[in-house]
Amino acid sequence: MSNALLSPDHPATGSLRSGAGLPADDAAPAVLTVENIHKRFAALEVLRGISLTARTGDVIAVLGSSGSGKSTFLRCLNFLETPSAGRIWVHGEEVRTRRDRAGALRPADSRQLTRLRARVGMVFQQFNLWPHMSVLDNLIEAPRRVRGLPKRECVEKAEALLEKVGLAERRDYYPAHLSGGQQQRAAIARTLAMDPEVILFDEPTSALDPELVGEVLGVIGALAEEGRTMLIVTHEIGFARDVSTRALFLDEGRVEEDGPPDILFTNPDSDRLRRFLARHLH
Amino acid sequence: MNIQVSLDVLPELLKGAWLTLQLLFISGFFGVLLAVPLAIARTSSLVLVRALPFAYIFFFRGTPLLVQLFLVYYGLSQFQVIQDSPILWPILREPYWCAIITFALHTAAYIAEILRGAIQAVPPGEIEAARALGMGRATTMGRIVLPRAARLALPAYGNELILMLKGSALASTITLLDLTGMARTVIARNYMPVETFLAAGLIYMTITFVLVRGLRWVEHRTSAHTRARPADVAGAGPGLPAPPRRGARD
Repeated sequence: MSNALLSPDHPATGSLRSGAGLPADDAAPAVLTVENIHKRFAALEVLRGISLTARTGDVIAVLGSSGSGKSTFLRCLNFLETPSAGRIWVHGEEVRTRRDRAGALRPADSRQLTRLRARVGMVFQQFNLWPHMSVLDNLIEAPRRVRGLPKRECVEKAEALLEKVGLAERRDYYPAHLSGGQQQRAAIARTLAMDPEVILFDEPTSALDPELVGEVLGVIGALAEEGRTMLIVTHEIGFARDVSTRALFLDEGRVEEDGPPDILFTNPDSDRLRRFLARHLH
Repeated sequence: MNIQVSLDVLPELLKGAWLTLQLLFISGFFGVLLAVPLAIARTSSLVLVRALPFAYIFFFRGTPLLVQLFLVYYGLSQFQVIQDSPILWPILREPYWCAIITFALHTAAYIAEILRGAIQAVPPGEIEAARALGMGRATTMGRIVLPRAARLALPAYGNELILMLKGSALASTITLLDLTGMARTVIARNYMPVETFLAAGLIYMTITFVLVRGLRWVEHRTSAHTRARPADVAGAGPGLPAPPRRGARD
């Protein structure tokens, strides 16, 4: 699989996709920026200050042992988990927050949050398809209810997306009648139906039988090749190395290492990453 | 024991059964309408919003239906304000509407508790998925949580409906000629309580039977997504034709 970071046309692709009026330097526009995110559950400090800028076309693999805070970090990005401190921008628009009486951070403007969430897709470990709706209805629900698009348009788009993830034949099935891999591909299509500017993958293959992992990774890999901006929390080291343009290694709630995957995976600086790779790379 | 008497009283009892069904379904309809906001408020994260439905449910589950019926029928008419009201009085002076109002308020408390449990049983991940896709609270509630909860609540709701069918016999205490009231009127004339109540009991059982079958049908209709696809049992491959569209949404 091609590595977008190393391909010379990558920043240009980024600019093209985002239209005119961009800075002429080599940096693609920032889709998602987080600054100094902290998250504390009671006495447990899960995230201890994480900053990150995801630019158009970035495929950022987020690695770390269990308990390192990577899933919490991802969930903080669209406020499914409210960070204890820190700031988040989606395409330059800051998510407005306030402090409640107990001093905890809260979203200040639920309309704004809802609007911004619609631009940040999320794929869950447990798929979380709505079981009472057919696959097609799962896909058209958000575009219709959130975007208010006409049904026919939504159905056409959903069918194209199902074709893309190889589920065209399954459009009228209920989620319970699909395999785990098919459910996750449907969930990815459901996210794509909202045309997200960045997609967050929260361990998308961890709940799957080993023989079903490949089909889901194949779909995610194809999205990476399209130049979509993605953050992927995963334990699939080999996959992360193949598709990512950048890798983060989280440890004890901090970014322990951050760099191009080729360097990070072959020549890690820290002992912790070296040990992590030794555990996961065979 | 004279079976012929039981048969002879049937036409009159069936008239009473018709009133029983009216009481059951009209109060049931308003009960569900009232229960939905109660249940939603009951699951609120704000203590004050939770407190109101809690007090309501506590009162209506904590006192006998008969007491509630008397409070509405005899109690409210004590107030001059209500007797003077051109809107309330025409309704509250009718035992028919007093019964329907009481039954609706009563059953709403139970349905709200059933629905609260069902709302809380909707897997959080499905709600998160809706929120992550940009659905607001109201959309998530209306499109994801309530439809899911309604299916989860259905079996318990069937039980509540049957309890209300039998509870509606109390309407006979405020002069209404429902199935029980009609039976008592007939008995005052024919002095045949065993034959008459036996016939009334059989009618109640028949109604229950039909309700149970009806609810089972609704459960079946709304649970296609949890049943195995017949084609899968037969080992269907991906090449088979898609199943018929069921429950298409628009």
